[in-house]
Amino acid sequence: MVEKIKNYFITNYLGISTGFSLFLFIFIIPQLFEDSDLIISLIRGIIFSIVVGYLVYKFLLFRKNNPNFVPSESKLVVDAGGSLVAIIVGLLFGLLLMLLVNPGQAFYGFSIILRGGLNRNFKSLGDMIFFSVPIILTGLSVAFAFRTGLFNIGATGQLTMGAFAAVYIGVEWGALGDIHPLLHWGTALFFAMIAGGLFGAIPGLLKAYRNVNEVVASIMLNYVAMYLNTMLIVAYIYNRDYARALDIKETAVTPIMNLDLIFPGSAINGGIVVAVIVVIILHIILNKTTFGYELKAVGFNRNASKYAGMNSKRNIVYAMMISGAVAGLAGGLMFLVAGKHLKPENILIPEGFTGIAISLLGLSSPIGVLLAGLFYGSLQQGGYYLQLLNFTPEIIDIIIAVIIYASALGLVLQKFVKMMLKRKFLEKEDGEPQDLTIEGSDK
Amino acid sequence: MDIDTLYFIIPLVIASTVPLALVALGALFSERSGVINIALEGIMLMGAFIGAIVIYYLEPTGMSDVMIAFFGLLVGAIIGMLFSVLHAFAAVNMRANQIISATALNMFAPAFAIFIARTFFGTQRVPISRTYRISSVPILGDIPFIGDLFFQGAYLSSLLGIIIFVVAVLILYKTKQGLRLRSCGENPQAADSLGINIYKIRYAGVMTSGALAGMGGVIFVLSFSTSFNATVSGFGFLALAVLIFGNWKPGRIIMAALFFGFMRVISSTTAVIPFLNDLGLDDEIYLMLPYLATLIVLAFVSKNSAAPRAAGEPYDPGKR
Repeated sequence: MVEKIKNYFITNYLGISTGFSLFLFIFIIPQLFEDSDLIISLIRGIIFSIVVGYLVYKFLLFRKNNPNFVPSESKLVVDAGGSLVAIIVGLLFGLLLMLLVNPGQAFYGFSIILRGGLNRNFKSLGDMIFFSVPIILTGLSVAFAFRTGLFNIGATGQLTMGAFAAVYIGVEWGALGDIHPLLHWGTALFFAMIAGGLFGAIPGLLKAYRNVNEVVASIMLNYVAMYLNTMLIVAYIYNRDYARALDIKETAVTPIMNLDLIFPGSAINGGIVVAVIVVIILHIILNKTTFGYELKAVGFNRNASKYAGMNSKRNIVYAMMISGAVAGLAGGLMFLVAGKHLKPENILIPEGFTGIAISLLGLSSPIGVLLAGLFYGSLQQGGYYLQLLNFTPEIIDIIIAVIIYASALGLVLQKFVKMMLKRKFLEKEDGEPQDLTIEGSDK
Repeated sequence: MDIDTLYFIIPLVIASTVPLALVALGALFSERSGVINIALEGIMLMGAFIGAIVIYYLEPTGMSDVMIAFFGLLVGAIIGMLFSVLHAFAAVNMRANQIISATALNMFAPAFAIFIARTFFGTQRVPISRTYRISSVPILGDIPFIGDLFFQGAYLSSLLGIIIFVVAVLILYKTKQGLRLRSCGENPQAADSLGINIYKIRYAGVMTSGALAGMGGVIFVLSFSTSFNATVSGFGFLALAVLIFGNWKPGRIIMAALFFGFMRVISSTTAVIPFLNDLGLDDEIYLMLPYLATLIVLAFVSKNSAAPRAAGEPYDPGKR
């Protein structure tokens, strides 16, 4: 009886109560320390508690429905554990470097990195989300290609082309804004996707029809895009006085979508909404549609999928096109911001390469990429606040590089995680022999 | 094109050809041993960074130019070798995805250079005050016309680079070790059956490529700028293009490097060359051309490619 009540409570109420306590935490604490608006605190308190409460509820429900769940046998848990270990290794390396360089402030600086987007309440959280949008999208771009067996190292080039298309339309097609402001912004984003998609299709076509390695082709195309971008800016939308592209029209600026109510004073805009929509769309394409299944099948084994009647060449081109379009979208959202300008500098935009890291950490699943992107945004935000001390923000890039390197050694990490999980599980088994009988009777 | 322009251009072309050819040769070593190394950009940068620091500290000691350049190259090579061990470890021992581990190194190098330089120098620039050009190479510089063109006012680092290039090619194609290395990139299983230690050879291949790339980085700094500013301007990736354009053969690599180097030089000198100035093309067209040419080569000539067959695959003794 007691057991039943306990179970019932745990699954149904613990989630809600966690959410509620978090609500109090987020609602009341800013009220005490910050002179923020009552309504604003209320809105964000509700949103955050619903999200967290739902996640806790889902987790507990899962535990209840799968009592025999063995963590060390689950691919997801082991892979995610590998990512986690890689992150810890990267962070520890960062700490070590900080200790070597400036031992006095190392631990304080490290705590700033860890707090990341939570350093300054909701302003920094909003900034963190704003900065993570392009990274989430390039991460999605790389991840999508990766799931279909392709390595899109050319997200940078596709992003650059998308950015140019978006800025060009933002500058030149102001007439669209007179009809409806969203039409102008939407068109700019649409063409950013087209530009990125077409540019991504090139390595796809080369791979499908000429059997050219897409990694090498993409690297070459990154530089082509970089120089092309400089040429096009100077030819069409150049602001000679400031050596940058012209300002985009106001109607082309990404709308804020009232998100400033939740994150007052921050740079956040509607980009995150677009990014979340793309996450959902790609998740559905990959996991719920025949098209996505075919793409993945071609990735697993090109010959087998061809034998099964799939058009593998067409699928490779499509996969690269979608991947490129998402990267192009990232470029559009990055530069459809007031006060941000494309420059004819001949520098590769680094967000494209960061996408590779994010895709790896997110295990190439759209939802994982969303989380990993936010994590990266948080680290970057931490690096920004780190400048208050005598540290250079590049420490964040170093940490990220070490994380990628560590996750490249994934096999070892996963073995390690598996071992740790097994040890924990077996110890528990020894202590409570009842578990075994339950396991047996269930089967 | 009159003779003065030629005098002006040729040393510049040589200056950019040498690091390109050297780094591409490094990539060749790595790929012939069976490991794809796209971390060259990062390795070059790392070598250039530490090399520049060493040169920065040696300059006030009053050492001769030759010795400083030599020490700079040596340090660059050692650093490049050490840094590339990370890639070798991931690719050979851990059977990791070679593109991913190389990407990590490429991200790490610039961030590390900026972080260390800013922390210890206050700025991310490492200044170099001497120019490291020699007025005339003994004997060769006295040859009429050719001597003026190629051996006077040349960069010291270019000459050292050419010597190293020749030695490296001889090692790869004329020694037993070179043959072993090449066999590992074609058919590691067969090589293994003949008693060659694949892991050892692949380490050697990657580390040689690291040493050459590190040296290339130092040469890049010595010939192009008066300071090192946390970049090697994409030369590492360009060297990869050189390797492909040169169809994985040293002779053709030199031709490809010359072509790419030439394109880079004329892109920055269109204003002073009347013929090109009249054409009125954007500088970027010349910069883009090498990459486009490589893509076209990849698309149309890949059937006859001499690329090592096992490059990029982790060694699996059980495979046939």
